[in-house]
Amino acid sequence: MKTLLQRNIRDRIMESLLVLSTIVVLLPLIIILVHVVVNGISALNWDFFTQELGSPSRALQGRPTGLVHTILGTLVVDFLALFLAVPIGFGAGIMLSEFPDHKLNPTLRVMNDTLNGMPAILKGLLAFVLIVKPMGTFSGLAGAVALAFVMIPIIARTTESALMSIPWSIREAGLAIGLPRWRVVLSTVMPAARFGLVTGTLIAFARAAGEAAPLLFTSFGNNYLPNHWLGMLLGPVDTLPQRLYSLAISPYSHWHSMGWAAAIVLLVFVIVCFGTARYLTRQKH
Amino acid sequence: MIRMKPALTAALIAILAVSCGGNGDSPGEQRRDRVDILGAGATFPAPLITAMADEYRDLTRNRVTVNYQSIGSGGGIRQFIEQTVMFGMSEAFLSDEVMNNVEQATGGRAFNMPITLADVVPTYNVPGVGSGLVFSGELLVEIFMGDITRWNHARISELNPDVDLPNLPLTVVHRSDGSGTTNVWTSYLSRVSDRWRERVGFATSVNWPTGIGGNGNEGVAGAVQNTTGAIGYNSFAYALLNNMSYGSVINAAGNIIEPSFEATTEAANIELPDDTRILFTNTPAEYGYPIAGFAWMLIYENLDANRAISNRREAKELINFLVWSITEGQELSELLGFARLPEAAVEKSIQMIRQLKWNGELIGQQVLDEQDLLSSVPRPENYL
Amino acid sequence: MTSDSDTSNNGNKEARELLRRPPSAIYRWLGDRIFAVVVVVLGMSIIALAAAMAYVLYDEGSLSLWQFGFWDFIRGTTWDPAVQLVFGALPFLFGTVVTSVAALLISFFPAIAVAIFTAEYAPRWLASIIDNLIQLIAAVPSVVIGIWGIFVLAPWMRDHVYMPIFTWAETSYPALLPILGNPMGYGMATATIVLSLMIVPYTTALTKDAIKSVPVEQREASRALGATKWEVIRMAVLPYARGGILAGAILSLGRAIGETMAVAMLIGNKNTLPFSIFGAGATMPSVIVNEFREAVESLHLSSLMAIGFTLFIIALVVNLAAAYMTRKFSIKGGQVV
Repeated sequence: MKTLLQRNIRDRIMESLLVLSTIVVLLPLIIILVHVVVNGISALNWDFFTQELGSPSRALQGRPTGLVHTILGTLVVDFLALFLAVPIGFGAGIMLSEFPDHKLNPTLRVMNDTLNGMPAILKGLLAFVLIVKPMGTFSGLAGAVALAFVMIPIIARTTESALMSIPWSIREAGLAIGLPRWRVVLSTVMPAARFGLVTGTLIAFARAAGEAAPLLFTSFGNNYLPNHWLGMLLGPVDTLPQRLYSLAISPYSHWHSMGWAAAIVLLVFVIVCFGTARYLTRQKH
Repeated sequence: MIRMKPALTAALIAILAVSCGGNGDSPGEQRRDRVDILGAGATFPAPLITAMADEYRDLTRNRVTVNYQSIGSGGGIRQFIEQTVMFGMSEAFLSDEVMNNVEQATGGRAFNMPITLADVVPTYNVPGVGSGLVFSGELLVEIFMGDITRWNHARISELNPDVDLPNLPLTVVHRSDGSGTTNVWTSYLSRVSDRWRERVGFATSVNWPTGIGGNGNEGVAGAVQNTTGAIGYNSFAYALLNNMSYGSVINAAGNIIEPSFEATTEAANIELPDDTRILFTNTPAEYGYPIAGFAWMLIYENLDANRAISNRREAKELINFLVWSITEGQELSELLGFARLPEAAVEKSIQMIRQLKWNGELIGQQVLDEQDLLSSVPRPENYL
Repeated sequence: MTSDSDTSNNGNKEARELLRRPPSAIYRWLGDRIFAVVVVVLGMSIIALAAAMAYVLYDEGSLSLWQFGFWDFIRGTTWDPAVQLVFGALPFLFGTVVTSVAALLISFFPAIAVAIFTAEYAPRWLASIIDNLIQLIAAVPSVVIGIWGIFVLAPWMRDHVYMPIFTWAETSYPALLPILGNPMGYGMATATIVLSLMIVPYTTALTKDAIKSVPVEQREASRALGATKWEVIRMAVLPYARGGILAGAILSLGRAIGETMAVAMLIGNKNTLPFSIFGAGATMPSVIVNEFREAVESLHLSSLMAIGFTLFIIALVVNLAAAYMTRKFSIKGGQVV
C-alpha cells in the first residue's frame, strides 16, 4: 500500500508532466508564429490591403502592389466551403450519434475516416472532375467544393463525438415530455453540445483555410479582382494559401516577405473567426 | 454557430458588393468590352508572364486581362488538352503522340511557341569559395552520380587550379518535385554522358542515384545554404537574386561560360526546326551557356476548336497579346532575371502566328497586318 | 456543468409549452420521418463522396494498375519516370506507414496531456488561450511549416540532435550507422517530428470534449473515496473518455497519412529503399504532390493516381482495423442504448 505522501508526490509529478507537455507542444507553434511575424511584418502596409498583386515587376520597381483580391477571394471561398460542409458534416454526425443502430453507420464511419486520410491534393482532383470539367472553367465555387471535401470528414467526426458526449438522459427527458425526436436533437442535444460542435467546426475550418493543394486545379488563382462580382464564384479566384505558396517559391525577396505577410493575414483571419464563433456561442447563456 | 451564419453571409456579400463596385469605376459599356485571357502551365516563366500581363493590362487600359497561373508544365499540357485554358505553357515540348492526338481532334496542329528561356546553374555552399567555380559536363555527371564525395577531389581541382578547395564531404541536393529545371539539368547531363542517359535519363523528375531532394527552388536553395559542402542546381534567376554561389560551365565548344542572360540567349541562336521542338542543352553555339532550354507557349492552330475561347474577339485579343509578348514584352526580361528570346526564335513564332485560324479565317495574319499598320501610323497617346 | 443546467431550463420551457398545447401525432410522426431521411441522406452523401474518390482514382490510375498489376505495383521498389518507365509503390507505402504511425505515437501522450491540463488544471482564462493556440496549429498552412522547417528546424535538429547521436554511434556502436543514416537534417525523423506537431489539435480537441462530458458525480464519487486529483483523472475520468480519445487518435492518424506539403518539403524525397531514421525518405502523398504537377508521360501520371488509389485502400484498411479496435475496447460513454 502506498503512503499518502507517495501518492501526493505522484500527483505533483503528474501535474508537472502535464504542464511540461503543454509547453513542449506550444513552443514550436510560438517559434513558428514569431518567425512568420518577423519575416512578414515589413510587407504589411496600406497597399497590401488595397492593391491588386499584378506582377513582380510592380514590387521590383516600387509600384504599389498588394493582395486585396486574394483576401476577398479567401473570404468567399472559405465561407462558401463552410456553408457547404456544415450541413453534410452535422447531418452525418447526427446520424452516427442519434441513430446509433443504423445499418450504414459502421460503413459511414470507416468511409469518413478514409476520406479524411486522403491528401488534400486528391480532394482537389475530385472537385476538378466533379465541378471544373462539367463547368468548363475554374471557379471559386469549385475551390469551395474542394475545401468542403477537406472539412466534411472532420466536422462529421467531431460532431459525432460532441453529440455522444451529451448524456443519454437528456434525450430521454425530452422524449418523455412528448417532444418529437427531431426537436429533441435540434433544440436540446445540439445546443447542449454546442461547445464541441463549434470546436470541431473551427478545427475543420482552420485546416481547410491553410490548404493550398486542393485549390490549384479548382479555384486556380488570379492576379486581379474579377471584372464582375459573380466572378468570385464563377471565375478563377485567388486564395491566401495558394498565393502564399507561389510567392514563397518565386525568386524575389519582395515577394518572399509578401508571402509571410499573407501568412500573417491568414492566421489573423482564422483567429478572428475563432474569437467570433466563441463569442457568439457564449452569448447564448 | 447556426445563428451566426446569415449574419456573416450578409456581411460578406456587403464587403463584396462594396469592393467590386468600387473597382468598376468605368462605365458599363466599357466593362462589357473587357476580355479575360486565361493561361496556365510552367512555374518557371510565371513571373515573366505575369509581369507581361500586368504591363499589357496597363497598355490596354484594363481592357485585356491576362490571367496566368503556374500549375506546372504537366498541368499546363493537360489543361491545354482538356481545353480549360486559352494557352498552355510548358518547359517540355509536346510529344509526337500529343501532337497527333490534337491534329485528329481539332483538324489543326498544336503550336509550340518559344516565349522565353530557362537556364539552370550549379549552386554550392563551400566556405571561402564564391561564385565562379568551373565545372565540366563530365564532372557534374560524376558528382551527381555519387562518384565524387569530397570537395578536394582531383577532378574538381584540376579544373580550378587557383581555388583552395577544402577537404569537405560533398552533398548532392536535387529538386524532388517534378520541374522544368530538372528537365533541363538532366537533359544536359544526358547529352554529355552516355552513362547518365542509360542509367538516369532525363525528365521532369528522375530516379536520382544519390543525394537529398528539396521541394521547389526554395527547397534546394534552403538545403544548399544550410548544408556546408552541398551542391545543387537552381534556375539562374533564383541563384542571382538570392545571392547564392553559382558555378561556370564549360560548353561543347570548350569555352568556360559564366552564366549570363546574353550567354543563354546565345545558346538558342542556332538552326531551329520550324516547329521549334528542339532541346539545345549542350548547345553547339560557340559562346552559348550549355544548360538552357525554351519555355513554350502551347496554342491550337484552329483557335475555334479550343472550347476555352468562346468568340472571335477573344481569339484576336489572345493573338495580340502573343505578338506583343514575343516582341516588346521581352523588354521586361532582364529586370525579372530572364534572358531574351533570340531573333531566330521570334521569327519562328511569328511564322506560327501567321497560320492561326478562326473558323478557317487567317486571323493571325490579320493581326500582324494591323500591328504593322499601327507601327507605321503614330499611335494614340498612352498606348505605348 | 453549465450546459446541463442550461438545457434543463430549455427543457422546462418546452415542457410548459407542451402542457399548453401538445403537438399533434401527425406532426411528430412526419417530422421524425423527414428528419431521419434528411440526416441519412446527408450521411450517405459522405459514403458517396468516398466512393466517388475511389472511383476517380481507380479510373485515372487504371492504365498503370493494368500494366503492372495491383500487387506487383504495391510490391514494386523501382520508381523510374525517365528511362525504364517502371513504377512501384513500396517505398512510398513504407514511408507513409512509418511516418504516420510514429507521428501518432510521439504526439499521442502530449496531446492527451494538453487536454487534461486545460480541462482539469488550468484556470479558465489560461485554458481558453491554450485551447485557441492548439487549434491555431491546425490553421498554420503546411507551406509555412515546411519553409520554417527547411530554414530553421532541420538545420537546428541536425546540429543539436542528429549530429551528436551520429558521432556517438560512430565511436560506440558503428553497427547502428546504417540504421541511423545520413544526418543531413532533411529526412524521415524531421518529417515525423513536424507531423506529430501538426496532428496534436485533433487528439486534443476530441479528448477534451470527452473529458468535459464525464459526469460530475463520477469525479465526486472517487474524490469522496479520498483519491488525489491525478487518481481521479486516472481512474474515473480517462476510462470514461476512452471513446473520445480513440476517435481523436483516428482523426489524427488520418491527418498524418494525408499530410502532404510539409512532409514533401522536409523528408528529403528519396524514391528508393532502404530508408533510414535520419536519412531521406518519401511518402505516398509527398510523391504525388512532388510529381503530379509536372508529370508529362501518361503512364507516369497514371501511376501517381494509382498511388492515390493505393493510399485509399491503405487508409481503408487502417480505418477498418481502427474501427475493430474501437468496438473491442471502448465502452460507449454514458450511453444506454
